[in-house]
Formats: sequence, structure tokens, C-alpha cells
Amino acid sequence: MGLTCESCSRGVLKKKFNLRCGEKFVIALAGNPNVGKSTVFNELTGLKQHTGNWPGKTVVNARGNYRYEDMEFVLMDLPGTYSLLASSVEEQVARDFICFGQPDVTIVVVDGTCLERNLNLVLQVMELTHNVVVCVNLIDEAERKGIFIDIKALEEELGVPVVGTIAREGVGLEELKRRVLNVALNIENLNPKKISYSKPVEDAIKGIEPEIDRILKGKLNSRWVALRLIDGDNTIVNSIYEHIYDKKTLEIEGEEVLVNA
Amino acid sequence: MLLSKAAIGSKVKVVSLESKGLLRRRMMDLGLIPDSEIEVIRESPLGDPRAYGIKGSQIALRREEASQIVVEVVN
Repeated sequence: MGLTCESCSRGVLKKKFNLRCGEKFVIALAGNPNVGKSTVFNELTGLKQHTGNWPGKTVVNARGNYRYEDMEFVLMDLPGTYSLLASSVEEQVARDFICFGQPDVTIVVVDGTCLERNLNLVLQVMELTHNVVVCVNLIDEAERKGIFIDIKALEEELGVPVVGTIAREGVGLEELKRRVLNVALNIENLNPKKISYSKPVEDAIKGIEPEIDRILKGKLNSRWVALRLIDGDNTIVNSIYEHIYDKKTLEIEGEEVLVNA
Repeated sequence: MLLSKAAIGSKVKVVSLESKGLLRRRMMDLGLIPDSEIEVIRESPLGDPRAYGIKGSQIALRREEASQIVVEVVN
């Protein structure tokens, strides 16, 4: 099954995030608030994690399993966030998981009725990891509003798999699972769009990136860390300290009840 | 005009953001970028914070934050 987490240092990190994953792939489910992440989660895992039509419902991460093509997947439902900037607890939880839990694939669920707002997070996640699958949910509601999304064009533009779904009815989830597996196995042709910034910012990145690389030794995407430092985001320094230098063990707990799927 | 002064029910367009650093980034993450349209939806009983409709979501902003966003009224 390709790389397992024991075969690399990620095993240690995963343990810290309370994920005993063995031969399983770890999949994170991210997205803006109120786009149907928990519905996607429930449909994939067959669990009954509480769903509701209000933002901020998922406060702790929920965890569940599903099988596809005889392989086990552990799915983490992250709190909804507008960005990965860690300006609130939820955002920090989501960011730290994607950063330090290093999931095999991150599914970003986006709301088909307001793509523009949602794509901001997609690009932020893509800056952090290339193993992204975008799930455009609520396409039925979008169509009712007269919005028809060209999934193929979006996929070409972003350079990562994009799947249209109506999670509530289970539409598109087979395709979602297939693309997630492909990305996990590294057989999807990824060409993620790279975001370039203005020259002063790019110069600043070039100035500090080698030093960051030297300190982090490839454990995190150094370009992304450089950008956060330029942003003046101190929480990333604390999180690196906690997770990489093992000064403090932070457990992001999934609800134990959900494990026996 | 500042967003904090825009009348309830009015539609405005972002001209520029005066906020700096992380707050500026936060505002942009919420969809407050130049030219984006904002609807002033309602205010809380004490007038602060107020709810704004921004790119399909309702976002509550304090006066402190909204007063750093320069807007113009759209017809």
C-alpha cells in the first residue's frame, strides 16, 4: 500500500494527534463554516455526527473510518474556517492538523453557491500541501440559484482534483472517494497552482526560506512558513515549537466513540 | 465613507482597507477586498457589532474593525 506512517517520521506526529493509523490513510476534511463538511463526513463514514445548519457547530474534531477499494481511511472532520491564519481556536486546530498531522489527503469542501469566498481557503491549503481534493458541495442549491459550475475548468485552473457533490443525497461521493484514493496513492496527475506574490514579498521569502529549511529540515513547507512569518503570525512559531520540538504534547482528540466503524 | 457609518440596508463597495498586519489579512480572508460588495444587514441592540453580508455569508464586525474599511455607496 505504498508508504505507511511507520516508515517515516510522520508516525510520531500522528501519534501526537491521537491517530493510531497503522496501514490507514489519514484524510482531513476542511472547509469554510457551513458548507456541509459534516454531511460529507457522515455520508463517507456512515456515522451520525451531528449536523446542523449553523456555523461553528463542529468545535472538536470528529473522527471516523471508511473503506474503499479494500483500503482503510481515517477521516478527520475539522472545524470550519475562512482561512488558515489561526486567528481563532478553530482555525488553529484546523491549521495545526493539516500542518503537523500531515494527512495523506486534505479534502476541502466548498460551497457551490459562493465559490469565490470559498476558493480563498482552497488556495491557502494548496500553499501548505499539494495533496488536495476539492469537493464542490451543494451543487443542487447552486443550480437552483442559476449557478452552474464548470468542474473541469476549475480542476484545470487549480491543478488538483475537483469533484462536484450533493452530499445530502450521496451524489458524487464515489467519485470523491476515487479521487482521494488516487491522490493518496500518488497516481493523480497533480499540478497545483502556485501563488506568486509581489516582488518585495517574493524577495523576502527568498531571503528567509533557506534558513527556515535548515531549521525545519523539510518537516514543513518552508515557503509557507516563510509567508506566515512575513505575515507576523506568531502562533505558527509556537505550534512549530510544540509539535516539532516536542516541548509540549498537544492532543487534538477525535471522539473515541467514533473509532469503531 | 467608513463602513461603520454606512446606513442599515445600504449596499456599499470596498474602496480600501486601512487596517494593518494580521487584522488586515483577517478582513481580506473574510472577503473584504477592494471592489467587493457589502450589504449592511442589521445592528445589534447596542449598535455594535453590526452584521454585514459579504460574498454570500453574514459576518459580524465590531465598529472598531468596520471603521478601518473605506467604502462607497453603490446604486
